[in-house]
Amino acid sequence: MKKTLLAAAALLAVGAVQADTLSKIKETGTVTMGVRESSGLSYTLGDGKYVGYHVDVCQKVLSDIRKKLGLSSLTIKYQPVTSQNRIPLVQNGTVDIECGSTTNNVARQKDVAFAVTTYVEEVRIAVKADSGITSIGQLTGKTVATTTGTTSVQTLRKHERANGVDFKEVYGKDHADSFLLLESGRADAFVMDGSILAKNIATSKNPKGFKIVGEVLSVEPIAIMLRKDDAAFKAAVDESIKAQIKSGDLAKTYDKWFLQPIPPTNTTIGMPLNAATKAAWATPNDKPMEEYAKR
Amino acid sequence: MTWDWQIFCTETVTGEVLPGCFGRGGDITYLNWLMSAWGWTLSVSALALIVALVFGSLMGILRTTPDRRLVFFGNAWTELFRNIPLLVQIFLWYHVLPSLFKPLQAFPSFVLVVFALGFFTSARISEQVRAGIQSLPRGQRYAGLAMGLTLPQTYRYVLLPMAFRIIVPPLTSEAMNIIKNSSVAFAVSIAELTMFALQAGEETSRNIEMYLAVTVLYFVSAFAINRAALFIENRVRVPGMIGGK
Repeated sequence: MKKTLLAAAALLAVGAVQADTLSKIKETGTVTMGVRESSGLSYTLGDGKYVGYHVDVCQKVLSDIRKKLGLSSLTIKYQPVTSQNRIPLVQNGTVDIECGSTTNNVARQKDVAFAVTTYVEEVRIAVKADSGITSIGQLTGKTVATTTGTTSVQTLRKHERANGVDFKEVYGKDHADSFLLLESGRADAFVMDGSILAKNIATSKNPKGFKIVGEVLSVEPIAIMLRKDDAAFKAAVDESIKAQIKSGDLAKTYDKWFLQPIPPTNTTIGMPLNAATKAAWATPNDKPMEEYAKR
Repeated sequence: MTWDWQIFCTETVTGEVLPGCFGRGGDITYLNWLMSAWGWTLSVSALALIVALVFGSLMGILRTTPDRRLVFFGNAWTELFRNIPLLVQIFLWYHVLPSLFKPLQAFPSFVLVVFALGFFTSARISEQVRAGIQSLPRGQRYAGLAMGLTLPQTYRYVLLPMAFRIIVPPLTSEAMNIIKNSSVAFAVSIAELTMFALQAGEETSRNIEMYLAVTVLYFVSAFAINRAALFIENRVRVPGMIGGK
């Protein structure tokens, strides 16, 4: 009796998760893309419009999948997600393909699958241009800002422990807040993902007043997130991304979002492709962050 | 959904599960961190409550005096702190005031948050103290003055002892609200419970366990205040008066 119950429960659980995404897309002619309201790789312009590097990549992936399935049209529904709900929404089938800015790590791989890495984020240090700080070693006794709810806090803590650098940490509630801490002099440095630093500097009152310095504190592979155990769908997504890398489309998309003026304010982030991302494109892989860890 | 309560025994840098759940010799587990976060929440709340009671009572009393200038001052204070959202007030204290008044920059964010939360709540307490005093029959005040007491003495010996007894229940709510409102302190870098939940959740991918632990601690803290206030309420009640038996 107990066994049958267990089996039934297991079947139910599997039934809920084991959606074959490709046939679901084929049957319904729609697909739900998870997007972020305001993130470096995916953000909103208002009116339900979502744009960004990852949104572009995903749209190309979905158009490839549409061709592959022989559909004449495919409706893309956009579903905003947050750091807190993105994994559950992918697991329960609300979101078919998450195109925010999710780090691929071992803990998450237990719950979801990741496509091949499309972008590798480098955690860097931003300081005021006239501060004279050029490396993390010079932060001893200084105040360092970072944003609550990010992995940069953990990176900073690890560095503090490993290298005996002793600095005071302050936490902004979001990136804008952390940048304000640096701008207003409450912090001497802001440690965060390079793209976020570059974006905040580009849109600040005085972009020349800040610079990104120092060593790469950690690297994080950012990837498109998919449901687990759907090998066919993952293969289709991977295939499209690899084709985009090969044809140079991905590099063009990168150029569009990081080196050209972008909406809504037409500012340029101005961040050339970093070495880690180049390496990830050269040999496409879905390795988690832990396997990138050097240091 | 599988639970992983072991996560609280995990060291925050190495990710190892420590026996005994509490780290020693510089090791910090999530449980250590959670307790420290609870400590910050309680410290902010307790100090803000003191600020709120002192300023709230003072302003409430001023608003019931015969002097029109004092009444105006009390009213202005109350309306100022009552009409601005708490989160905005926190930012005003942390980012705006220090850029206008340089000496404030030397103040740690903890002090600024205590004042922000304390003054915000003082407006609400002021309203309750005023209501408590005005709910007393006017004859009480006249009787006190007629007996030859000065105005301060009338307040001290006649009006306030009765008014404060009447407003214990709403004051209880305010004290509980301070615990809950202290969660906004995370916005200005205080490592309190809400911040712990956000940060530890991100690091461990165990958001639900983290939120549940934090919820329990908020509940326990606010409920402890509730019980303490109930005890005070029972001890100070006077038979025959409002709120008495």
